[in-house]
Amino acid sequence: MTGTIRPRDTQELRQAVEWALNADESLEVRGTGSKQALGKPTACKQVLDLSAIAGVVDYAPEELVVTVRAGTPLRDVEALLAQRNQMLAFEPPDLGPLLGREPGEGTLVGTLMGNFAGPRRLSAGAARDHLLGFSGVNGRGEWFKSGGRVMKNVTGYDLSKLIAGSWGTLAVLDEVSVKVLPAPDQTRTLLLHGLDDAMAVKALCAAMGSPHEVSGAAHIKDRTALRVEGVAPSVEARLTGLRDLLSDTGATMDELGTLESRAFWRDVRDVTVLGADADAVIWRISCPPTEGPRVVARIRNQRPTMKAFYDWSGGLIWLALPPTADGDHVLVRAALGATGGHATLIRASEAVRAAVPVFQPQSAALLALAQRVKDSFDPKGLFNPGRLG
Amino acid sequence: MHMPPLDPDILSRRAEIVAALRVIVPGEGVIDDLDGMRPYECDALSAYRQMPLVVVLPDTVAQVSAILRYCQDHKVKVVPRGAGTSLSGGSMPVGDAILLGMGKFNRVLEIDYPNRCARVQPGVTNLGVSKAVESEGFYYAPDPSSQIACSIGGNVAENSGGVHCLKYGLTTNNLLGIEMVLMNGEVVRLGGKHLDAGGYDLMGLMTGSEGLLGVVTEVTVRLLRKPTTARAVLLGFPTEAGAADCVAAVIASGIIPGGMEMMDKDAVKCAENYVGAGYPLDAEGLLIVELDGPPVEVDHLVARVEEIAKGRGATTCRVSRDEQERVLFWAGRKAAFPAVGQITPDYMCLDGSVPRGRLVEVLAEMRQMSKTHRLRVVNVFHAGDGNLHPLILFDANDPDELKRAEEFGADILRLCVRVGGVLTGEHGVGIEKRDLMGEQFTEIDLDQQMRVKCAFDPDHLLNPGKVFPKLRRCAELGRLVVHQNKIPFPDIPRF
Repeated sequence: MTGTIRPRDTQELRQAVEWALNADESLEVRGTGSKQALGKPTACKQVLDLSAIAGVVDYAPEELVVTVRAGTPLRDVEALLAQRNQMLAFEPPDLGPLLGREPGEGTLVGTLMGNFAGPRRLSAGAARDHLLGFSGVNGRGEWFKSGGRVMKNVTGYDLSKLIAGSWGTLAVLDEVSVKVLPAPDQTRTLLLHGLDDAMAVKALCAAMGSPHEVSGAAHIKDRTALRVEGVAPSVEARLTGLRDLLSDTGATMDELGTLESRAFWRDVRDVTVLGADADAVIWRISCPPTEGPRVVARIRNQRPTMKAFYDWSGGLIWLALPPTADGDHVLVRAALGATGGHATLIRASEAVRAAVPVFQPQSAALLALAQRVKDSFDPKGLFNPGRLG
Repeated sequence: MHMPPLDPDILSRRAEIVAALRVIVPGEGVIDDLDGMRPYECDALSAYRQMPLVVVLPDTVAQVSAILRYCQDHKVKVVPRGAGTSLSGGSMPVGDAILLGMGKFNRVLEIDYPNRCARVQPGVTNLGVSKAVESEGFYYAPDPSSQIACSIGGNVAENSGGVHCLKYGLTTNNLLGIEMVLMNGEVVRLGGKHLDAGGYDLMGLMTGSEGLLGVVTEVTVRLLRKPTTARAVLLGFPTEAGAADCVAAVIASGIIPGGMEMMDKDAVKCAENYVGAGYPLDAEGLLIVELDGPPVEVDHLVARVEEIAKGRGATTCRVSRDEQERVLFWAGRKAAFPAVGQITPDYMCLDGSVPRGRLVEVLAEMRQMSKTHRLRVVNVFHAGDGNLHPLILFDANDPDELKRAEEFGADILRLCVRVGGVLTGEHGVGIEKRDLMGEQFTEIDLDQQMRVKCAFDPDHLLNPGKVFPKLRRCAELGRLVVHQNKIPFPDIPRF
């Protein structure tokens, strides 16, 4: 029996899980399905569709917190926050177009499940740093909660951290509370032209180590970009400070104003700036910032036509490689080598994703521990089996 | 305080356990005489004391691994301890458990400025990290009041905060990597100098797990560059409600100060008497608001905060003129707890979180409770993030006062949960709040947390008797009752 179950509330969600548990059926858990082409394909016959459990439960701008149901589209949340001049500070990316979907389809909970954050990850933290609390149903069909709606949110174990980035494999959420922050008045960007990768990352790291509170640090081809946000006089002073700091790079500099900056960083966030061909294989690598250029050089050596850019001061690398049968996973992970970090195969054909490790392989001890943690939530492996492989 | 009964079998095997530990940690690293163990009989929740079975102070990761593997194989319980500054009894010894002191892991291993991180051993003090990098203009952001003594390993265990976590986050937001030893002796590394985990965020889970999941042997922390300037504003209000209201208004206006602390009249009086920080003695509520960043930004924000405060009836408004005065403004706040100690034989320091918007009513209700329980309460707390630290004044020599103080404390924490907050802010559950967990969580919630514990420590050997009010065996927790084919497919839309 194949099909889609679409519960309308928590009670129905619990019933659906209970049914699956008793019928020995695994469930492919999804919000709107915008990231379905990401991760290891699952072999579930049943889809558990959360799109009907949607809507904002409570928004308290003065408490800097919003509580929404699992199927609530990200863009609805962002539009609501914008009315009060607030934002999700971790800058959730919209990877829909990269994954062959329409823009704006994803849910906030889907973003949290992949722990996806944009350029501001550097200064504001990851998606997981903003998840204050949640409730959901575990693989025993039990509804439980963790965390809260206040800033110091945790009593007992911080299960929110574990849930963020779990790709729906631990519990099916029905509600989340997320921290929000005031949106900046102004956003400006300092651009340096003509630096090579190594010089660029050195400049980015110098800027990040300065007191000028940089909230975006990217290098795309021959442009090196630093974002400064806040009230006008502060932005002005910090940009001047950055120009002084980086004058010895010899690079020519110019600036983007608020509107141009927003568009520029949106393209960085959504990986549009990569300019990947439609059939290119896409990788995302997290490594120590100063190691970024060396990792890229090792891969470029083997694949001279590849495209790459750096975010997070050099610590986040996006790669577009020509398609190969194994997605070049051996090459990419060998290039990362002992550097420390992880490489994720973000886009490849279903056949490639089924055949190679999509997520960074872990040590035997960690893998066993992760499996025990998985069992502690979902002992029969009902939710998204194999997705994290 | 009820603790699990001591296991007579373990007590009878004490000599054998001590001998085994001496093989793993040669020399003076094993302490089994009463005088030698005395300094370890309690942590900073000193109302509760207990001698450990034996104290062991390893100095290598291999030794920690061997100790835990031995304990797992022989079913011996272990209580890990950093600097012993826990305020919730997190490192209180247990009579039939080894006390595993991590104090010898006290080296800064690596400082990497370009990648803005430092790799340190867990016994390095919180302040020690900042001191190690201050010459280059960097610091480590979380700054608990015990920062001169508390260890980074303990900070990870308790997810410690401090005055500046309003803007810069708690420990969990400032870690890049840890190395830890599991109960079975396995050594695993989580994270590193890069951002975010591949796979489950086990480092996030470990942070704040109160020593129940593993023993941290190395920590990679994120370093921040010190802000160009910081200025503190003292705001005095004729009512407590005025001050509390101002806290919510500042945040609602879109300003996130570096720190925003509140003190009530009694706290102000004590602190002023102790330090002479120049606090206004007529204020019923005092706020210290710190604003940091480039000078032009700080000027701009100071002006906005002053305007908001005056709109809410502030009668005192003083901005620090120089670094010396800023430090002085803070000196009173930082000395507030010992200062309160001057007017009472004993005090109980509580820790709970509430939504900022409910501060006014929570403070009012606390005053009411103070009358009911016939005990004074003094408030000094992290107002900006709604983290209360009420100090209940009592005399421990009077058993009735101690009992009333405990009841008063429990009532305050219940109040926190009732208004939408949580039982803890930054001190952890430990033994102090263990029996109140049911106020916030259902049995299902707690069972889920205990199952996570089972994934790390299937025999409940690590830090026993802490956090969970009622222990259930992992085998029992893991049992899954399946009603094979007895549940019909529910009436849910399907396609």
